[in-house]
Amino acid sequence: MFIYLIKRLLAVVPIILFAIFLMFALIRLSPVDPAEAYLAAANIHPTDEILAEKRHEFGLDQPLLVQYVQTVKKIVQLDFGNSYVTNTPVWQEVATRMPATIQLAVSSIILSIVVSVPLGFLAAIYKNSLIDHLSRLLSYLGASIPQFWLGYVLIFLFSVKLDMFPVEGRGTWQHFVLPSITLSLALIAIYTRLLRASVLEELENVYVIYGRTRGIKEKTIMVKHVLRIAISPMLTGLGMNLGKLLTGTIIVEQVFSWPGFGRFFIEAIFNRDIPVIQGYVVLAACLFIVCNLIVDLVQLYIDPRISRKGMAES
Amino acid sequence: MISSVQMASKSKWALIISAAILIVFFLVSILAPWIAPHDPIQVNLAIKLSSPSWEYPLGTDHLGRCNLSRLLYGARVSLGFASLIFAASLGFGLLVGMIAGFKGGWIDLLLMRFCDGVMAFPNLVLVLGIVGLLGPGLWQVVIALMMVQWVYYARMIRGMVVSMKEQNFIAAARISGSSTGKIIRRHLLPNVLPPIMVMGTLEMGWAIMDISALSFLGLGIQPPTPEWGAMIQEGKAFIRSQPELMIYPGLMILFVVISFNVLGESLSERFGIKRRY
Repeated sequence: MFIYLIKRLLAVVPIILFAIFLMFALIRLSPVDPAEAYLAAANIHPTDEILAEKRHEFGLDQPLLVQYVQTVKKIVQLDFGNSYVTNTPVWQEVATRMPATIQLAVSSIILSIVVSVPLGFLAAIYKNSLIDHLSRLLSYLGASIPQFWLGYVLIFLFSVKLDMFPVEGRGTWQHFVLPSITLSLALIAIYTRLLRASVLEELENVYVIYGRTRGIKEKTIMVKHVLRIAISPMLTGLGMNLGKLLTGTIIVEQVFSWPGFGRFFIEAIFNRDIPVIQGYVVLAACLFIVCNLIVDLVQLYIDPRISRKGMAES
Repeated sequence: MISSVQMASKSKWALIISAAILIVFFLVSILAPWIAPHDPIQVNLAIKLSSPSWEYPLGTDHLGRCNLSRLLYGARVSLGFASLIFAASLGFGLLVGMIAGFKGGWIDLLLMRFCDGVMAFPNLVLVLGIVGLLGPGLWQVVIALMMVQWVYYARMIRGMVVSMKEQNFIAAARISGSSTGKIIRRHLLPNVLPPIMVMGTLEMGWAIMDISALSFLGLGIQPPTPEWGAMIQEGKAFIRSQPELMIYPGLMILFVVISFNVLGESLSERFGIKRRY
């Protein structure tokens, strides 16, 4: 178990190095010169002298390998440089905006679990019933609705027509309702189908028949045994779809004027704020990897058989 | 037993209906210049935000442009570019996957590690990062989506090549003197086609969503080109007075994407491909 953990942790390092490399390569390949982008964002008229000075400051006049090593060194210390626009460290900008984004993400995850666990479970137990068809419809909708459009439709229905929830901003619990629904529908679609499929798979197992012959209550078999195992693929799904959640927050923050990091990222794209773009992508990759690691560990806790499998494979 | 027969016929209908809807959409996108009643970018402020009439069946937008024409032309942009992204990323993925699968060794290792690396990113985050560094614009979006998408094809095709390479029918073909090219054409491609069709159909849906999302964010198609995501972005300002301006284009996206998803799923059922969500 401990060795498995160490192995998983070590596997993270090359992926993060690759993430940094990819961004590094893209910045060098893109037609935009960071020094020019900086001067444009800072509203300084570019002369050859200032450009050369900035290039030297950014280390652009050094060999590529040296630049890459420097970049890695800095990022490992969480130094992503200063934003070209606000001139404050990217890390500080992240720290001030991240809580809003994380709140939104967490509330959507909670909402999607609260909805999809009972829905997927019931859809599997009552296969081909009304609830199963409803869950199928919901999952098709969730997979096909453009999130930004869903956001506006919800605003139209619940803010403009019914005047129940605020249109935008952040503060009270009411502010959370529409963005969380918008963000979680896609997740609900996935998790419901995942759970339904894995419950159906579990029901085929011998232990279910064994439990029934022993006269254990159906409810106990379902909740204590089937659901406990069947939920495992759903957790993997939770980790795998974190990317969807992350990009979802970018769009939802834009729709509801949510003051999170996603909006800042979009602004950075328009301003060619290279350190912020690089910081966001690298951090998103790290977050993605770390969360998947956590999901694996939780799974290990729920279903210890996995660790034996994992060790046998590695 | 009965239910499985029912399911089969149901999925057949789902397949036929979704395919029919998509054919209609493709026809619309090809025929847009002939069937659209007006020029989609013709501004006429005198009739701005007018309600539906015989002349303008779905009314006009804030610049007096015909909504119906814009929606029809929007199909062109969405389906056209999604197809382009599909074709290009499939082509490149096919090439890389075949090379990795057939050559093996360190080439395989290098290519696949690269794919793994790209897959380690949340998809759209990387797309946004690339667009961010290349700058906003339709072609940048298309390039970014291609750069991310081909990896998935490459990985799938490489996996199939590796597993199939060892099988007896390939060995038999080789022994009977078929060249590698012929083996690829006659034996490998027919076998990888079904999963590619399933994956391609689903990817088309995603590509359309991504293009519209990026246009909505202002990073993709620039005005005045009619595109559904950009139309929602423009229409949202009139959410109180004329909500249909943003509702129609969204319905179009929903309709097309749901058709692609249903088609993909019924195809995968048909070919007996197990797919993880």
